[in-house]
Amino acid sequence: MNQLTRLFLKITAILLFLTLISSRELLFAADGETLFKANCASCHKPLEAYVGPALKGARQREPSKDWVYKWVPNTTVMVNTDPYAMKLKSQFGNVVMTSFPDLKKEEIDAILDWADKYTKPGGTPEGPVTEPQSDNSILYGLLTLILAVIGFVLLQVNSNLKKLTDEKDGLKSPTPVPFYRNKAYLLLAIIVLFLFGGYFLVEGAMGLGRMKGYQPVQPIYYSHKVHAGDNQISCLYCHGNAQDSKHATVPAVNVCMNCHMAVKSYGGKPLVKEDGTAVNANGEIEKLYQYAGWNPSTKTYDKPGKPIEWVKIHNLPDFVYFNHSQHVKVGRVQCQTCHGEIQKMDEVKQFADLSMGWCVNCHRSTNVQFNDAQGHGNKFYSIYEKFHEDIKNNKYDSVTVEKIGGTECMKCHY
Amino acid sequence: MSDKKYWQNFEELNQNEAEQKKLKKEFKEELPFEDLSNENIFNAKTPRRDFLKYMGFSTAAAALAASCEMPVRKVIPFLHKPDDMIPGISNYYASTYINDGDAVPVVVKQREGRPIKIEGNDLSSLTNGGTSAQCQSSVLDLYDTTRLRYPQANGKEATFEAIDKMLAAGLTANAGKPVVLLTSSITSPSTKQIISEFLAKYPGSRHVQYDAVSYSGMILANEASYGKKAIPAYHFENAKVIVSLGADFLTTWLSPVVFANQYAQNRRIDEEKPSMSKHFQFESHYSITGANADERYLHKPSETGAVALALLGALGGGTSSNISGKVAEGIKKAAAELSANKGAALVVCGSNDPNIQIIVNAINEAIGAGGKTIDWNTPVNYRQGIDADVLALTNDLNAGNVGALLVYGANPAYSFFAADKFIAGVKKCPFTVSYSEKMDETTELCKYIVPSHHWLECWGDAEMQTGYVSVIQPIIHPLFKTRQFESSLLKLTGNANDYEAYFRNYWITKLGSVENFEKFLQDGVIENSQLKTQSAFVNVSDLTSATAGVTSAEEADSASQKINPAVPLPVMSGATFSGNVADAASKISSIKGGETEMVLYQKVSIGTGSRANNAWLQEVSDPISKATWDNYAMISPQMGKSLFGVDIFNRNDMDKYEVHIQKPIIKVTVNGKTIEIPILIMPGIHPNVIAMAVGYGRQSINKDKTAEYIGPAANGVGVNVYPLAYYNGTTVIYSAPVTIENTGDTYPIAQTQVHQITEGRPVVRETTLANFIARPGEVQEEREKELKKFGESFERDGTLYPVIDKPGIKWGMSIDLNTCIGCSACTVACVAENNISTVGKYEVSRFHDMQWIRIDRYFTGDPQNPDIVFQPMTCQQCDNAPCENVCPVSATNHSSEGINQMVYNRCIGTKYCANNCPYKVRRFNWADYNGADSFPDNQRGIISDATTELNADLERMVLNPDVTVRSRGVMEKCSFCVQRCQEGKLNAKKEDRPLKDMEVKTACMQACPTHAIVFGNVNDKDSQISKLRARAQNERKFYVLEELHTLPNVNYLEKIRNTDRRVGSFVEKES
Repeated sequence: MNQLTRLFLKITAILLFLTLISSRELLFAADGETLFKANCASCHKPLEAYVGPALKGARQREPSKDWVYKWVPNTTVMVNTDPYAMKLKSQFGNVVMTSFPDLKKEEIDAILDWADKYTKPGGTPEGPVTEPQSDNSILYGLLTLILAVIGFVLLQVNSNLKKLTDEKDGLKSPTPVPFYRNKAYLLLAIIVLFLFGGYFLVEGAMGLGRMKGYQPVQPIYYSHKVHAGDNQISCLYCHGNAQDSKHATVPAVNVCMNCHMAVKSYGGKPLVKEDGTAVNANGEIEKLYQYAGWNPSTKTYDKPGKPIEWVKIHNLPDFVYFNHSQHVKVGRVQCQTCHGEIQKMDEVKQFADLSMGWCVNCHRSTNVQFNDAQGHGNKFYSIYEKFHEDIKNNKYDSVTVEKIGGTECMKCHY
Repeated sequence: MSDKKYWQNFEELNQNEAEQKKLKKEFKEELPFEDLSNENIFNAKTPRRDFLKYMGFSTAAAALAASCEMPVRKVIPFLHKPDDMIPGISNYYASTYINDGDAVPVVVKQREGRPIKIEGNDLSSLTNGGTSAQCQSSVLDLYDTTRLRYPQANGKEATFEAIDKMLAAGLTANAGKPVVLLTSSITSPSTKQIISEFLAKYPGSRHVQYDAVSYSGMILANEASYGKKAIPAYHFENAKVIVSLGADFLTTWLSPVVFANQYAQNRRIDEEKPSMSKHFQFESHYSITGANADERYLHKPSETGAVALALLGALGGGTSSNISGKVAEGIKKAAAELSANKGAALVVCGSNDPNIQIIVNAINEAIGAGGKTIDWNTPVNYRQGIDADVLALTNDLNAGNVGALLVYGANPAYSFFAADKFIAGVKKCPFTVSYSEKMDETTELCKYIVPSHHWLECWGDAEMQTGYVSVIQPIIHPLFKTRQFESSLLKLTGNANDYEAYFRNYWITKLGSVENFEKFLQDGVIENSQLKTQSAFVNVSDLTSATAGVTSAEEADSASQKINPAVPLPVMSGATFSGNVADAASKISSIKGGETEMVLYQKVSIGTGSRANNAWLQEVSDPISKATWDNYAMISPQMGKSLFGVDIFNRNDMDKYEVHIQKPIIKVTVNGKTIEIPILIMPGIHPNVIAMAVGYGRQSINKDKTAEYIGPAANGVGVNVYPLAYYNGTTVIYSAPVTIENTGDTYPIAQTQVHQITEGRPVVRETTLANFIARPGEVQEEREKELKKFGESFERDGTLYPVIDKPGIKWGMSIDLNTCIGCSACTVACVAENNISTVGKYEVSRFHDMQWIRIDRYFTGDPQNPDIVFQPMTCQQCDNAPCENVCPVSATNHSSEGINQMVYNRCIGTKYCANNCPYKVRRFNWADYNGADSFPDNQRGIISDATTELNADLERMVLNPDVTVRSRGVMEKCSFCVQRCQEGKLNAKKEDRPLKDMEVKTACMQACPTHAIVFGNVNDKDSQISKLRARAQNERKFYVLEELHTLPNVNYLEKIRNTDRRVGSFVEKES
């Protein structure tokens, strides 16, 4: 009985410990950061002035504590009435901040709290996020440790007491063993190690070759934000092959030169790299001319050109067949669905982890472009007569990619 | 059906002990399990501690590998992207496969600038989109690492400018003696014109055409019979009765792709009114054409003439011979059929003896073949060489009478019967130039080498048959510093144009406009009666005179005439026969035979051997012998018994022979020349005949250089038997009396089939035409009887598993055993399309061959002279697949389109699936055939040099980027060309329309010269496959091993022989 109790106690301790470990995941949720990235990051940076002012310490700079709550939802009006706002406007090249009427006070606070706490990150800007240990988790950790020590002491006391009563009752107790040779403890340790080891091994193995957040330095600082965002150039102007081929393809240098024969300099907002260094945008255009062999003063190709060796960001293993045209032309999937808000990225980074689970989840939830009553949709799918019949009979209203075999192995692996 | 018996080898026929033992075992080799029995587990070769060490090491290695950084990959776009090239999208260009006079109109698939696959050109009415194994494999030759890479003068690299000067100077310096241009048969009209211009510039010079396997007997006989030094066009599609005297016209004779297409038209059964041609074959060894024949008779090679005479006699030609026995009966039968079908019959003969061919011409006259099945209006250009010309050249060379020798495409130093004499002669010639694209035996002897392009890098044209021209256009920029032969010749002629410009001018003038020329490039073929471009079948010098008789109606100068594309092809015509039958007959009767005779033949894969360094071709197992990577002497069972004491019909003797890959070597002596060659005992060969394939034994003069010059795939493969041919005074004869001795040595031969045994289950079905007409529903009755016991609906009631819907597309394939000729084009097409590994001889001998579609050969009937039935066997894509249930990781499972999916990256290599597959179609990557292993020397000794060479960067350019290259340890198999299915579906989706029928063709279907394979969407009731299956519903359709409830998606159509024998019975009932 006693043995069982002890085992029960130990298991409880382990479970408690594991719960604590997993609750770390919950602590990761950083409201302020998410909100910042979703709403502010295209114009603000926490530490330095960008399109707009730095957010760190903004509340201290502002005239009143409540100023920001009035400003954020109503920028267009305030910029002409409020003196501080007018000052900011003139400071930042007469660019007016977009209004965010949907942001709640708490959310604004969360963003600014986050910005105030923000420190310059060292090393890789993204990648596997190493969150600084928050106060709470240290507390929980300490608590666990104390509880574990108390539990351990209690167990020792319990066993000593038992030994005493046993001796009193004249029962011969087994020779005592030190705790590090106690089989129960060893078993416990092994189980804990196994669980931890297994967890990290599986996590690590699944993460092998996954490159989410990969953001290499490219031979030319090409800003998608300037091209696709600010200047609203359609993705397919340069990556037109995405409609026809499996490869979206990086455009050839002659495609760049279609515009850059005329566009010789950059006149937009100053470009800043993630590490804070300024980008000489005209210098980057000059690099393009070098590659193309173009002489802007004589307007001729007077030097031999050479192709640009871009660093490939989105890599799939060789055993995966992926076709852009299937998704872009047939499935009418937006580029951003898989590549993220590319129009807001200066330097492109890998948005999705491109794992099989990620692909399959989308195939499970995305509807096929079935031909509806208006004749929209793809006529190829007319062969699925049974599904059309069922839709007509209101059995269901849409058919997912999975339902027509979109999660079968040989759709992507052959 | 129960009295029918089909067997794949003699082990199976005899049910001998070794066979039975072998069948019980899962693996051919012993597995080291006995080490792990309880007593000696600690003394085992791999004890527990070692195991733990290994495990520790591999864990550490995995951890290390895991901590490695991801490689940085570059993406390098064009500087200026060409308009017509989209990365990831294939372009298709019409061109023509040419090799030594062979020509097949093709469409070449080009991906990112690389040609990767060859398909037949449907627009050609001659081939109707068919190809051959050789044609399919030729894309690999483009990337051959042993190709010549730069011009050489006296063994040193030189520039084209320098070498042009040297050549011009050399030709002038040797102007006192004639310049001889030695080429293979030239089918190109523009090349012929350039050659005539060249010859005009150097007076006294001449052009000699040389064919490795000569057809000059036919050409000379036609000259004697009709006054036409040419070969007419044959029309097998018009023939209800075909008699072949040793001509393997379906796979190697003259133009097999064209003939197979024609032949199949009369072999395809129309279920409404069943009829088919009747095909008699008289031959000495088992040819593939013989295997397709309805009636087949064996005679000695020396008796070919006698058979022809007897046949002519039986047709009332007044000749006779001393043929007796079964063959005489066969002649009588054939003659009866021929005379009953006058005007719809054809006799062809493979002999190179002009006298025999004169008799054959007389037979064809007697049966009214001229103008019906033989067309003299459109003679063919495949073979134009005259043996006497080559022999005269050899003599001139030896006599020092040749000033300069220019060689292109011809390799007499290897394949000429008097190669020694030729080599000696070339050495005496002061000025020798080779334009070969590869270093071969002849090129090695030449002082100057001006390498030519591979045909995929060339411009050009090929007039296969008068009026039928097919274009050759470059699909890739030349890989090396090579120059097209024609351009080189133009330089010597002093023409400022290169060949491309010359070619454009030539055709724009001929076709009248640039638009027509561009249409020619687009379509690839022109078939037009007005297109009398040349008469290639004669020496250029007497060009006009020879054509006079044939083309009198359209003698007008075609160059000035505008070609009207609407003009139909001319009606066929015969020619007036004036051959001297009596003289030919007397000469034939003087031919002496021997006790034992040999016959030389070509294999469907290697052919004449000019492309022996093609590993894909070497690995094709011969449809008859099932042997790869070697030639051998096929001998009859009787000879096997007398020579080696091996009786293959005796189950005890069998264990001595067939289960071993080591085969005895014999010494063959012909006319004082001796070779040693291993044997294979084959039934269906004349008891006193041995048959050996030419095209093997390629060897550089410096033996050590063979791998470097000729190539690693040809190095050390087989024995050269060309020297055994002899010259009879007018032509080269490829058969002779021989003496044979047993040397007592042995040599391993790697055969593919003997291990894939169906254990007596009926997998092929065959019947006679008469029986089929009488009982058309026989197959279906048997199927019904067999399946009835499972319940009402076999699909539903025959299994515990639920029936799964196939809502959209359901792919299906139908293979007609009646039109399949066994040519193996599908096998090579599949290799090219699906990046299938070539494993080399050693691995084939261990049964590790990888091809996804194989041609199964079944013997049936009289064991001494059995019939052969070919059955292409590939993954049956079972809807209730036995392999799927046993995979522990679900690496093979089923798609909603009916494809049995194989997921390489999930496979862990248990091989349970292969074990559980009743069709034996799964292939396991036993070794690292594709060079993916991190340890480069890991596979030394297992993988052949040829396989290693295929992993060179250059050769890997042939890989299809849409298909994963498999690594070691995974299973693979036919995928129904899923990449093509997916591409077809995607194209339809992009164009917003349903999938069209025949839009998706598998590689095997596309390659098939007889259209025996049909593939498509079974759910589409209007598709060809649905119609075919519905039509055959009560007739020939069957599924292999259907009673196992595998529910295959591949159906077969029963084979029908047009004979009154009983087919498939164990012992033939003599009538």
